[in-house]
Amino acid sequence: MKKLINDPDDVVDEMLDGMTAAYPDRIRRLPDTQVMVRDDAPVEGKVALVTGGGSGHEPTHAGYIGDGMLDGAAAGGVFSSPTADEFEALIDACDAGDGVLAIIKNYEGDVMNFDTAIELVEMEGVEVESVVVDDDVAVEDSLYTSGRRGVCGTILVHKAAGAKAAQGADLSEVKRVAEKVIDNVGTMGTALTSCVTPEKGEPTFDLGDDEIELGIGIHGEPGTERTEVMSADEITTELTEAVLDDLDLDSGQEVLTIVNGMGGTPQMELFVVNRRLQELLGERGLETWDAWVGDYMTSLDMAGASVTVCAVDDELKELLGAPADTPALTRTR
Amino acid sequence: MSGNESGVSDSDGAAVVAAVEAVAERIEAERDYLTELDSAIGDADHGGNMARGWAAAAEAGRELDDPDPQTVCKTVGKTLMAEVGGASGPLFGGSLVFAGAELDDGVTAESAVAFAETYLEKVEDRGDARVGDQTVVDALTPAVHTFKKSVETDGLPPLDALAKAVDAAERGVAFTVPIRARKGRASYLGWRSVGHQDPGATSALYILEELLAVAADALGEEVPDVDATSPTIPDESAAEAADGDAASGDGD
Repeated sequence: MKKLINDPDDVVDEMLDGMTAAYPDRIRRLPDTQVMVRDDAPVEGKVALVTGGGSGHEPTHAGYIGDGMLDGAAAGGVFSSPTADEFEALIDACDAGDGVLAIIKNYEGDVMNFDTAIELVEMEGVEVESVVVDDDVAVEDSLYTSGRRGVCGTILVHKAAGAKAAQGADLSEVKRVAEKVIDNVGTMGTALTSCVTPEKGEPTFDLGDDEIELGIGIHGEPGTERTEVMSADEITTELTEAVLDDLDLDSGQEVLTIVNGMGGTPQMELFVVNRRLQELLGERGLETWDAWVGDYMTSLDMAGASVTVCAVDDELKELLGAPADTPALTRTR
Repeated sequence: MSGNESGVSDSDGAAVVAAVEAVAERIEAERDYLTELDSAIGDADHGGNMARGWAAAAEAGRELDDPDPQTVCKTVGKTLMAEVGGASGPLFGGSLVFAGAELDDGVTAESAVAFAETYLEKVEDRGDARVGDQTVVDALTPAVHTFKKSVETDGLPPLDALAKAVDAAERGVAFTVPIRARKGRASYLGWRSVGHQDPGATSALYILEELLAVAADALGEEVPDVDATSPTIPDESAAEAADGDAASGDGD
C-alpha cells in the first residue's frame, strides 16, 4: 500500500510537528509529549476545554484547538488512547484557575486514562469536570467500549461548550451545555472500504467490492450489519433513519446535521449524501437550522461517511453558531 | 518511619525499590507467557507492555535519592501509567500512586493493609470491575481480604499474612479460568472468554509473589509455608491429605 509515511513508529510524532509548523502562532506542542495546546494557553478568565484520544481521526482532535473551541488535546498512538500522564500534562498546561472541562469519547482506554489523570490533578487542587460523549446509535457494546461509542457528535460538544466557555461562563454552566448536546445528538456511519493502519500496512478488515458495513466505528471496528452495496440514497436513508429513530424528535424540531467523511471519500459524494439527508428530514417534518459537510472526524483512509443529527434550541443555536477560529473549523458571525 | 515493632523492618524506600526491581525481572521472565494468555482473549500486548513499563519503573526507582516509600510508589506508579499505557497503565500504575499515600508514615502491618485496601478500591473503581468479571480484581480481592483478615483478626505476623495473601491470589487466578469475562477486552468475546486465564490477574499474582520474596529477604526469613499455618480458606484436598486419604482418584 502506497503511503506518505516514513516509518510507522514516527508517524504521529511527525504529524504533530507538521501541524505546529502549519499553525505556529496558534498551536504549540508541549515538550516531550504528544500534547497540543493553544499557543496562549493557559487562557486567563476562562474555563479550559480539553480532549484527546487516538490519532488517525484528523482533524480530530488538535484541529479544533483555538478561539471558541478547545484549549488543548492529547494525541495517542494511532487508534490508541493517550496515557494518563499525557492527559495530566494537558490539563496542567490549560488550567488557568477557572476549572477544566474534559470531553471524553466513550472508549475504555480513553475513559480510564483520562479519569486517572483527573484524579491526580484534583489532588493538586485543579477543578475538573468531565463529560463522556456516546453519540453512536449503531451499537450498544463494541470492540472498544461498554455502551455506545463516541464519534462525530463530539465536534458539536467542543463547539457549544467552547462557545459557552468563551463567553466567560463557569465550569458547571459549560458542563451543562456539553451534556445538553450529548443528550440531543446521534450519529451513525458506514464504511465502503477498510482503513489501513500505518503499523499493519494492509486493510484492517476484509470488505468485498460489493459489500458495505453499516454502523461502522471510527477504528474500523465492526458495525451492525454487513450488506450488499446499495445506492447513495439507500445508504443515506439507512443511516438517517437509524439516527432519527434513536432521537425520536417531534415534527417541527430544528436540527443541525453533519455529513462527515471518513477520510477516503470525496466531497462530491458527501454532498450527494447531504442532498438525500435533507430530503429525509423534510419528509419527517424536521427543519434544518444548519448543515455541515466535510471531514470532521475521520478513520485514516477509510471510505465512507457518517450522518449526525443534533436537535437544537435557541441556546444551542446561539452557541453552535458563535464565532470560532481553529485550523479545522471557522465560524464568523 | 520504621515499623520494627510490628514485624516489618527496613521499611525504607530502598526495600520498595528492591521489590519493584524484583517485579520487573519476574514480569520480563514471564513476558511471553503473559502475551500468550492475552493473545487468546485480547490483543496480545499485555506481556510486552507490562515488561516495558516495569523495566522503566525499576529504572526510575533506582534513580531516586534516598526516597521514602510513598515517593517510590508515586514515581513507579507514574512511570507505569506512562509506559504501560492502555488500561493496564492506569489500573496497575495509577492505583499505586493513590495507594502509596497510605505509606506516608512508613511500612507497617497496619499501613500495608490500608495500602492494599486502597489499591484494590482504586482498581475496582477505575475498571468498574468486581469479583467474577474475569479481571485483575479476581486475584486482588482474595489477596487483600485474606491479608487484612490475617493481620487484623488472626494477628498473624505480616510475612505469614502476605504468604496467605499470595496463596489466595493464586486461587483467584485459577477462578478466572472457568468464568465469563464481563470487563476488559476479553468481555467482547462473550461466552468464548470462558476457559481462559486472565493475563492481568496473572500479572498481579507475579507481583505479589515477588513482594513476598523481597519481604522475606528483607526480614532475613524463609518464605512461610502457608499450609503450616492455620488455613484461612478451607482447603478440602489438604484436609483429605491429612486424613491419609490422598487426593488420588480425584481426577483433577
